[in-house]
Amino acid sequence: MTRRPVACAVLLLMGAGIGCKHPAASSSALKPTATGAAIVLSSGDKQTGPTGTVLANPVVVQVNDDQGAAVTGALVEFHGPAGVVFDPAAILTDSSGQATTNVRLGTIGGRYTLSATTPGKAHEASVQVGEIALGYQQQLGSIVADKYCSRCHDPESSAERVSNYDNLAVKPHAFTDGGTLNKMSDADMLAVIQHGGPALSRSALMPPYGKTLSPADVQAVIAYIRVVSDPPYKPAGTVYEK
Amino acid sequence: MKFLSSIWRALFGDTMRAFGIVSGLLLIALAIAPAKDHFSEWHGYQNGYLSLIHDRSDAISLRRRFEPGIQQIWLPELGVVDRCATCHEGLKEASLADVKMQPFRKHPVIPHPLDRYGCVICHRGQGPATTVSEAHFSERAGEDPILPARFIESGCGQCHQNELTGTPQLNSGRKMLAQYGCVSCHLVKTPDGTTMKATDDPPSLEHLADKTTREWVFSWIKDPQAYAVSATMPNYKLSDADASDISAFLMSSSTPHAGDSDATMIALAKNADPSAGASLYGESFCATCHAVQNGAGNLVGGNVGPELTRVGNKVKPAWLQAWIENPHVYNSATMMPHYRFTPQQVATLTSYLMSKTDSDYGSNVHLDPATPAQIAHGKKLVAELGCAACHTINGVNKPDNFAPDLSRIGSKPLSQVVFLPGMQHALPAYIAGKIKDPQAFGPGLKMPQYTLTDTQRDGLTTALLSLGDRSQTMPEKLRVAGIHQTTYEPAGPAGKLMTDLDCFSCHRINGHGSDMAPDLTLEGSSVQRAWLDAFLKNPNTLRPALTRRMPRFNLSDADRKTLTDYIMVVYQSATIDPDKAPPAVNPPAMVEHGRQLFYSRYACQSCHIIDTKTDKGYIGPTLTQVGSRLTPAWIYAWLKNPQELRPGTMEPNQNISDEDARAMTAFLMTLKGSGKQEGKQ
Repeated sequence: MTRRPVACAVLLLMGAGIGCKHPAASSSALKPTATGAAIVLSSGDKQTGPTGTVLANPVVVQVNDDQGAAVTGALVEFHGPAGVVFDPAAILTDSSGQATTNVRLGTIGGRYTLSATTPGKAHEASVQVGEIALGYQQQLGSIVADKYCSRCHDPESSAERVSNYDNLAVKPHAFTDGGTLNKMSDADMLAVIQHGGPALSRSALMPPYGKTLSPADVQAVIAYIRVVSDPPYKPAGTVYEK
Repeated sequence: MKFLSSIWRALFGDTMRAFGIVSGLLLIALAIAPAKDHFSEWHGYQNGYLSLIHDRSDAISLRRRFEPGIQQIWLPELGVVDRCATCHEGLKEASLADVKMQPFRKHPVIPHPLDRYGCVICHRGQGPATTVSEAHFSERAGEDPILPARFIESGCGQCHQNELTGTPQLNSGRKMLAQYGCVSCHLVKTPDGTTMKATDDPPSLEHLADKTTREWVFSWIKDPQAYAVSATMPNYKLSDADASDISAFLMSSSTPHAGDSDATMIALAKNADPSAGASLYGESFCATCHAVQNGAGNLVGGNVGPELTRVGNKVKPAWLQAWIENPHVYNSATMMPHYRFTPQQVATLTSYLMSKTDSDYGSNVHLDPATPAQIAHGKKLVAELGCAACHTINGVNKPDNFAPDLSRIGSKPLSQVVFLPGMQHALPAYIAGKIKDPQAFGPGLKMPQYTLTDTQRDGLTTALLSLGDRSQTMPEKLRVAGIHQTTYEPAGPAGKLMTDLDCFSCHRINGHGSDMAPDLTLEGSSVQRAWLDAFLKNPNTLRPALTRRMPRFNLSDADRKTLTDYIMVVYQSATIDPDKAPPAVNPPAMVEHGRQLFYSRYACQSCHIIDTKTDKGYIGPTLTQVGSRLTPAWIYAWLKNPQELRPGTMEPNQNISDEDARAMTAFLMTLKGSGKQEGKQ
């Protein structure tokens, strides 16, 4: 295989171009007036949004000193995988020690681990922020789930929708409940959604949706459940690498 | 000469040497094409793909499906020639789902097979190109760079003129084109031949002086969002002098409207108690359509009517009274119903709404009386700015073709586009940039600045990108037509009543109206006459968890009878036959069987309440009185297939057998509700 070295070189080059993390470009223009010791997340993690769009809420982090007091004027840089755009990518903390950035998700659906770093006195401090980007199928699933499933499967009520969760004798699993749902195979999930709870000897409170939702819609809901599950879903059975 | 001939002799002097040289040259010439091929960019990617799959457990099957060389999708009727799969080798390989590295990623799941639609139809870019730079980044005239992923839904919109579940961004963008008045100035002809119509219903300014003051008009046109954060009117960035002149002209052109000032009503309003107004405002469900900003700055309420946070700063009390009394007098096309309030109620509501003021708003606006020159200048500005494209204004005609036709904006040639310095030379960047800051493209441009979020701008850009040459020239069989409002109007005295009550502002009948409340097309088959009559008299809600409710109109007995008669006779289903339906009264054994099916087999109590003591589900309507509300024929048909009767309804079709459906209908018909409950409501 004489092609191997060439191919490896191509792959390496592409890996360098695509896989690397782009550091904040404009950080040099900012002059930090203080340095903190720790950085903590204030808000904006665990959001979901369609690929390539700006998340509804900004990511807010706070820089603290050794005593846990907020530090004003410390430099915070945001990093993420290729395709993620921060506005701004680097910023000084405000008077309450907080740094706020708007996040535009990358073009690939799935989980994104972003990080916010601050130089710190001794060594760099950083905090990780997890966000979820929904591809076409997952987004369709989220829309279908929002209409047909969430009233019972989402224990949280909102102004638009009162949750029915508390009213059910047998409690449904929240879609984020990876501990339970990750153990179900796609086929089992399909059976429960299409034929109702009794199909797997579960509660009849879960009605069948096989004649209401198209197979594509049901698959989309499963794809959505898989992407939002916590802990993350790892399909069982297939080993990709030798 | 001698030199050349010596070279000639050296090379071709003897036959053997000449043969060798010629053979060598020939070999080199023959090698050019394969070498070009070997060192081409795509060849490198194909090798990269081979080494990527080399170490995977399913390498053998992946390699079997791998096809070397240029891969092309050719779809003549769509004008697609795509060679993208030459480098993007893993597009259809489900097992590569974990690969994040381009160009080898598996394509995410979409409803269409790649072979039948190609790639550029959604992603743009140059399909026939075989280098990355040409395929993805070409900015030459007539060519298109790759579309940023966030606008990808524009691809769907080329064929699908209807609203798709999976394309929320495209749907919202299309809605905004109509809602924000874009199509009042711009012509947008969709591929199915219809012209998009504005849905924002901007107020007529013919009788403006009856409604408000010149000072308010001045403040409003200076910055509409300062008055109401939800205002859709754009900011024209007018100077004080221009705004003053325009307000002067609008006031001077306004004519008085009969019925806008009633002395006795004003007297009533002065004595009314604003605190009683809050509860009347709540009981009348004004918040279903109108929003008010709460203390935290959030809007609470619907967006059908204007925001009322500072309405006391805006309207004159006499006008407001006349409006609440009967809005159709001032604006016959308004969506607001004629509530038939008593004079006392009108006064109470008026004084409550007039108390919604912001003492800071417009407090420093002091306008001197306008001179004729200023009024003339104001009129000139109104004509120039195209105010009459949206509003009806006395003395100014609605301009034709005021702004460019956007029917094919999505394939506007880049050579015709003037980009801003530093802007990416691509159509999405141009469209989004133009919406964000139109004035940056030239001080003389008339397009106003809208206050939009990034998400809204992306939605609008997506909708505009979907309006391209391809969508207009698409083969008819690929086009999915949009659903348009019908022109259905109910007839006779009942039709007049329904228009007066603006039933269609919330309900839809025969494809006309809004989807805020249940579709009433089959209401006559669905409900029992006595229930409908009682409901119109005093609408108690069926769905306690909803904040939007049917308001109570003070209908006279005669009006109620007219409406009930009409609904019961006209809005009938062609498929539901009352004669073939289960009887309303059934043997107790059957009823009991139905009860058991309801509670155990179909577990309907998860969404419905039958016994208020034990059941708690309130997703579906409460069924405690369903036996006196619905007809047995409807209940049976509904249990068999809810979506057939009301497409898109949440209740799943549980595939209930005829026998079970009959038993449950028998049980549900016994639920007549208790007299005590009736009395309470």
